[in-house]
Amino acid sequence: MYTEKQITELKKTATWLRMKSLEIIYKRGAGHPGGCLSAAEIIASLYFSKLRVDTSNPSWEKRDRFILSKGHASAILYAALALRGFFDLNELDRWGELSCHLQGHPDRNKTPGVDMTTGTLGHGLNVASGMLLAARLKNLDFRTYVLMGDGEIQGGIIWEGAMTAAKFKLDKLTAILDYNGVQLDGSVDEIMPLEPVADKWRSFNFKVITVDGHDIVQLLEAYDEAENADRRPTIIIARTVKGKGVSFMENQSKWHGVAPSKEQYEAAIAELKKKGKENAGC
Amino acid sequence: MLAVDLKNPKIASIRESYGKALVKCGAENDRIVVVSADVSSSTMTKYFSESCPERFFNVGIAEAGMIDTAVGLALEGFIPFVDAFAALVCNRGLEQIKTCVSYANANVKLVGTYAGISDYKDGPTHHSVFDISVMRAMPNMAIMVSADPVETAKMVKIAADYKGPVYLRLSRADMPVLFSEDHEVTLGKGSILLPGSDLTLICSGTLLYRTLLAARSLEKAGISSRVLEIHTLKPLDTEIILKCARETGAFVTIEENSIIGGLFGAVAELLALNNMSVPVEPIGIRDRYACTAMDVESLLDFMGLDPVSIEEAAKKVFNIKKAGEKKK
Repeated sequence: MYTEKQITELKKTATWLRMKSLEIIYKRGAGHPGGCLSAAEIIASLYFSKLRVDTSNPSWEKRDRFILSKGHASAILYAALALRGFFDLNELDRWGELSCHLQGHPDRNKTPGVDMTTGTLGHGLNVASGMLLAARLKNLDFRTYVLMGDGEIQGGIIWEGAMTAAKFKLDKLTAILDYNGVQLDGSVDEIMPLEPVADKWRSFNFKVITVDGHDIVQLLEAYDEAENADRRPTIIIARTVKGKGVSFMENQSKWHGVAPSKEQYEAAIAELKKKGKENAGC
Repeated sequence: MLAVDLKNPKIASIRESYGKALVKCGAENDRIVVVSADVSSSTMTKYFSESCPERFFNVGIAEAGMIDTAVGLALEGFIPFVDAFAALVCNRGLEQIKTCVSYANANVKLVGTYAGISDYKDGPTHHSVFDISVMRAMPNMAIMVSADPVETAKMVKIAADYKGPVYLRLSRADMPVLFSEDHEVTLGKGSILLPGSDLTLICSGTLLYRTLLAARSLEKAGISSRVLEIHTLKPLDTEIILKCARETGAFVTIEENSIIGGLFGAVAELLALNNMSVPVEPIGIRDRYACTAMDVESLLDFMGLDPVSIEEAAKKVFNIKKAGEKKK
């Protein structure tokens, strides 16, 4: 059970992550706001409650692994890693500079806390399977979390990874689908429909848990439930809203990969602050 | 060292050698694992699957996923050998190799079996004639090409011991055994196998026996051919190639790969970068697909990868070199 205080803190953290990722996208003039905002509660509840990590030893062998398979949401991952203490918060302002360790997409060789290099889509599930085969050989009990985008699972390699994870009964795998329903060129339903998506994963022998991806309690309970998956990998299908929290960005494909102007950025931050206060008060 | 009776060579299987070498390395090092795309009975990693079943993972006919799965194992400290036909490892798995192996610098050993046109029965879909060209362009990637079964076994051990991505290219063919067991193979080092002063035949991989036959024939014609084996395309032994350029002044490059981006490309780039004007004639695949054949030897001949073509190329560069000397 989670206390009200924990939940309130995680809500605040999610709001902070939204604001910080928008800030660094705005300052860099590049990034992917829509898919960062949809993943805020998922990232907050993982990095500030669930994941077993040691910021002083990012390569700690027993840590839980996290792969941002939808690597274009790097801004919110970087914000979370900095806030968690993997590196200094000030470094976020240097994102994209030639000498900065923060690349456009996550780079395991450059950024402390990044477990796998991603950017081009579709790698997370297979790499996670390899990590968990290794864990089994080494008798380690870490879990591996993989966050995928909905557009991402249109690619066939995802299903190769799904078969591998199921064949080898990798029950330490928790995949999370950020199902915000919008991709670069339009809605997922229009571009390449995924439904019935839960049935697809069930038929691939995954345990499927469907949650409201903006509900911290539902997410935390789903992470816990995944730990009793009975020799099956788990996928949490998190229904989310692309651009969540900024009204003019919500459900808009044009906000997939565009940085806001100064006016848009200021309006977005004002709205997020207002909503954050309302959330904290409730 | 060379130990071959050119008239009557002993023939042995590259893939048998690969499969047995993996078993040996796997017994010595429990971090070695194999990820296969359902070809272990063809590539002979079935031996490893029998000796180390807990470290053998067959992910089905899914080469792209296979490579990423191997990356996950590598990130956790294992040494995965990824095993499939070269045509699929390097083409279907290309993006995975670029992002997750080469760019992420994962310690994965990519083994491209049935490389070149050695899968003569199955035709161009199964041929792999620009794998070297593609892999050469990958930062962090070491590339080795085996010329015989003895070298194959040694390269498996070298790949396992080397820290970083490796592409090991193996033929399907049964090959003449060229080397004795004490043959030294060092990653990144070429070997002068036969001395000679008129020109250098630079060979990478499976055409080495044919190159040696050509060298013998050229000797009878009064042309002294040096034979340089470049088994490592990357890192390239630039020193030995430049030394041969200075000392012999004419090259023929010989490879079972496209001349675009392969050994010919590597040698030509090196000479250009060093402002060396040396005639070079390529023996390799000239921007076209091969075809199906009844056996590999006739297909190699058909594609111009035969000893006579090597000899003709040698005579051509030798004559260009002589003409250049006369002008001076």
